[in-house]
Amino acid sequence: MSNTPYAVEMRGVTKAFGSLVANESVSFSVRTGTIFALVGENGAGKSTCMNLLYGLFQPDSGTIHIRGEQRAWRSPREAIRAGLGMVHQHFMLAGPHSGLDNIILGDEPEHKGWSFLPRWARPISRKRAIKDLDDLITKHQIAVNLDQSVDVMPVGVQQRLEILKLLYRNAGILILDEPTAVLTPHENEAFFASLHHLKEQGKTIIIITHKLREVLSHADDLAVLRAGRVVATRPTAGLTEQELAELMVGRAVQLIAEVPPAPALGPVALSCQNLSLSSRGSKPRLNNISFTMRAGEIVGIAGVEGNGQSELLELLADPRFYFGHGEGRHRLTASGNLSVLGHDVRSWSAARLRDQGVSMVPEDRHRQGLLLDQDLTQNFLLGLAQEPQFNHFGWIRAKAATRAVTEAITEFDIRPKTPSALAKGLSGGNQQKLVIARELARQPKLLICAQPTRGVDVGAIEFIHQRLLEARSRGMAVLLISSSLEEVLALSDRILVMYEGHFIGECERGVDEAHLGRLMGGGS
Amino acid sequence: MSSNLKQPLVAALRPALAALIGLSLGVALTAFAGENPWQVFMVILRGALGTPYDAGMTLFYATPLILTGLAVALPYRAGLFNIGAEGQLLMGALAVAVVGVLLPTVSAPMSLLVSVLAAFAAGALWGGIAGWLRAYRGSHEVITTIMLNFIAAGLTSWVVLALIPSQDSQNPESARISANYMLEHFSAFSSAPVTWALPLAVVTALLVWLFLRFTVRGYELKATGLSIDAARFAGINVRFMQMLAMALGGGIAGLVGIAEVCGNSSRFRLGFSPDYGFIGIPVALMARAHPLGAVASALLFAVLQKGTAELDLETTYVTRDLAAIIQAMVVLAVAAEGGFTWLKWRRAKPEVKNHA
Amino acid sequence: MLEYLLDLAAATLRLSTPLIFAAMGGLISERSGVINIALEGKMVVGAFAAAVITLSTGSPWVGLIGGGLAGVLLAALYGVAVLPLKANQIVAGTGINMLAFGIPPFVAKILYDVTGSTPAISLAERFSVAPMFLAVLLPLVIWSFLSHTRGGLWLQFAGEHPAALAAAGVTVRRIRWASVLTAGFLAGVGGATLSIFLSSAYSRNMTSGRGFIALAALILGKWRPVPVLFACLFFGLADAVQMRLQGIQMDGFGKVPVQFIQILPYMITIVVLAGFVGRSRAPRALGNS
Repeated sequence: MSNTPYAVEMRGVTKAFGSLVANESVSFSVRTGTIFALVGENGAGKSTCMNLLYGLFQPDSGTIHIRGEQRAWRSPREAIRAGLGMVHQHFMLAGPHSGLDNIILGDEPEHKGWSFLPRWARPISRKRAIKDLDDLITKHQIAVNLDQSVDVMPVGVQQRLEILKLLYRNAGILILDEPTAVLTPHENEAFFASLHHLKEQGKTIIIITHKLREVLSHADDLAVLRAGRVVATRPTAGLTEQELAELMVGRAVQLIAEVPPAPALGPVALSCQNLSLSSRGSKPRLNNISFTMRAGEIVGIAGVEGNGQSELLELLADPRFYFGHGEGRHRLTASGNLSVLGHDVRSWSAARLRDQGVSMVPEDRHRQGLLLDQDLTQNFLLGLAQEPQFNHFGWIRAKAATRAVTEAITEFDIRPKTPSALAKGLSGGNQQKLVIARELARQPKLLICAQPTRGVDVGAIEFIHQRLLEARSRGMAVLLISSSLEEVLALSDRILVMYEGHFIGECERGVDEAHLGRLMGGGS
Repeated sequence: MSSNLKQPLVAALRPALAALIGLSLGVALTAFAGENPWQVFMVILRGALGTPYDAGMTLFYATPLILTGLAVALPYRAGLFNIGAEGQLLMGALAVAVVGVLLPTVSAPMSLLVSVLAAFAAGALWGGIAGWLRAYRGSHEVITTIMLNFIAAGLTSWVVLALIPSQDSQNPESARISANYMLEHFSAFSSAPVTWALPLAVVTALLVWLFLRFTVRGYELKATGLSIDAARFAGINVRFMQMLAMALGGGIAGLVGIAEVCGNSSRFRLGFSPDYGFIGIPVALMARAHPLGAVASALLFAVLQKGTAELDLETTYVTRDLAAIIQAMVVLAVAAEGGFTWLKWRRAKPEVKNHA
Repeated sequence: MLEYLLDLAAATLRLSTPLIFAAMGGLISERSGVINIALEGKMVVGAFAAAVITLSTGSPWVGLIGGGLAGVLLAALYGVAVLPLKANQIVAGTGINMLAFGIPPFVAKILYDVTGSTPAISLAERFSVAPMFLAVLLPLVIWSFLSHTRGGLWLQFAGEHPAALAAAGVTVRRIRWASVLTAGFLAGVGGATLSIFLSSAYSRNMTSGRGFIALAALILGKWRPVPVLFACLFFGLADAVQMRLQGIQMDGFGKVPVQFIQILPYMITIVVLAGFVGRSRAPRALGNS
């Protein structure tokens, strides 16, 4: 082995998919025994880069060197053998199986005396695996219950399980893709503490992230990717957050939107009293939530994802389904009071709610907001088809629909500007603008808006924020559910913080960000 | 934009091409039996279209296939896989037979209406059960419709043999329905049983097309199939839509009873269907679940069905069972057709994963 | 009475045999994430091939293996359609079933110049009990394979979380191929037991929906070997009872409608699927290849 100080080197690596160049001549070096951050916006090419390193893709040109040696993997298997390990953003764990089985998968210790059988037919010795793992658990201070099935483990524990899996495989180079996206601030601290611990043991760690602060406080070196190219590679020391943000985006960024003066508050638009959502025998998803919001204000719900926001959204979308009328698979039932625009809506269907002036921008636009294989007109009709404007005794008014979508395209600057374009062909920002244009087209009195700018480019973010603020000026009530702290801070008149299914605190506009962060982690 | 215009054409051509490949494979197999595949092919064509009677028989076979094709296609547009057309058509035919035997006095124009309603209602009930189970109990419709097919077979067999058995023959069939219910054969096809059931099937296809293309409910049904979550958030009652799609599909399959009982045999003969319900799957598949396309692809499958019947007489070693093999080849080819695209693009571009 | 019960138990075991083989085939396939509604078709070709091979070799064991291999051939075609070509598994399965029904008449016409059935197999060349014992052992073998061996763990992950398996360096495609072919073999053997164990020739429609009953047993047994075994035994019992009730007059009821007993397994499956009696959870990645 050569005595290079570098665990990983990428030298001029290029990878294209069709006409899309995902990585163009990417070069950077990772020193052994350090924490290295690969940063960039959504779609900058971070994942492609790591998948190349991990052997899921092969580079079109350029070379990859591990500990000074040039390597070309044909599959992740070879990368694993060479001591690489990756924790994917979506964990690679099978729910019903035990933590142990998930860890040993692909590297199972055998019982002695069965080697006459082919490899696949040999019995596994779980006892030996547990012995090895117990040593690792003590050495690296990773608390995991191996017998538990993954389904019942909290996300933080699942992540530890993933890391333990890599250590079990003797990985010297750990790649972590967006590791903190699902962690509470508290879990976050514990996570980075264990990363530093691993680093001291001589492991090399690469994290992929777009969270600037984490990079600056924990990484030794970093590389910034923008549109498939490395625009900077340097030590983190001496870099400020603003500089890093501008490197990532490629221009000066204005993180906070200009907020117009608040209009006078109108009547109560949405009121939840002691709202709970639970299924028999498990802990409630929503626990005794109460809040009231009025026309003309934006109320933000902040929180780490998975603390009940999705459930609140589902409940608000279709109350009848959860308030005792739900049947079949859904065993979740709601209790408490829910009123919208002065009506008790507990027995209302989604359709009736919409009818009375409630619009909804769902959190996952691909799955919940769009018909991806249909054109813009069909997508614009979604949820509007019953409106008298488009419904003539049960027949669709096609011309009116085309006219309406054309107007929306102009007003929201959606590209391409053709109503016959397919929704799946639009960029994330344009898709989101289409959804928001549609939901605002009905002049709702209450807009429930979840993750309105997730995976959306910076230009579209500004545009969407502007629209939401305008809606507020017109006297609309906007409930904003977002896991982006900046967004919540920039838009909301009031902020409610959700933690493990209940509201842990309420803040006014202008609250200190650190305070909010503590609340999100369950602190007081 | 021009690619947008070209798309429907390409979309229609690709499955047709795949079907052709499947057909060729199936016919080519006869070489193993020592036959000349080209000759076999010509026998099939002649058998299906050679004389007005042959053409009439082909149209007679096409009628149930149009209906079962629609019975598969309509739920498919709502995102559901109806494997139960076979059971649904049995129930439809049973209803027609029961009505025809037990209410013999209903006179001519009314009787048609009564039988159509009975057939549709019985099929709709059978489809609706699967739809209800899917929408409200979450049971997968593929499994429930398979099970319902067998239940329908058992149930019809019991009703026919125990409650309305044939008086004048020892065959496993029901009593003859009242002559008031019978449809006249069109004279153009000599004695082939082509009746008003054929235009009924075509009109049904047209209605389904209008419904899906131009109505609000049709739009909601399609939206449910395209993305059930998006439809739900848009305030569409997706469970109702699922049930509606299955019930409509089942009802349409039930109309096969009109073609068979009122148009042909005048009774419920056990085992009358040569798997019309299952052939409806490739019929719908080849038409990409387009209602008007289903009429065209039903005709193609009818040609196969009728044409292969001649093989018993005209060849030494090939029988009408070849139809099953050819149909299967067509199904497999059409089903795998999407995979060809995948093979071609595999190197070019991986599935782009979009979070959010 | 005791004699009657013993007789019934033996009949139950015999009639369950084809179901158990087929259901275990389905289990292997579905636990790896590949839907298998073509069990029926594989049983048909298995039954036919076993009869033909037993007739020509005189050995039921060769016939049994031959039936299994015929199932493998059909499964290979299915595998090509659904694995590399990614055809919809339900559509392709339906196609395979259709194909299977067309094959025996086609081949029988060539071989024997009859359509549909084979000549009778002499009693000496038929199985008497052997397949029955194999059938009862099979679920135990599969259970220990799944829970104790490396391949078993891989197979389960292929069905639950294929991406995790791939990330661990095991090729999912290869596991699924192996399980699809194994399923073909077992279902083929199941079919074989129909023609060379339960009866003495292949005849048209002799499977009479047993492939689908096996599928029902698979769901009822929640995709787990031993419960599936019991589900098969239950359906076998229903079949045995049905045969005994055929034509019997019962006081007050008249003739017991055989059809009602025939449809019983399907009714039970629907009730279970509807969640009125417990629930069955399919492997998570079932159908996504």
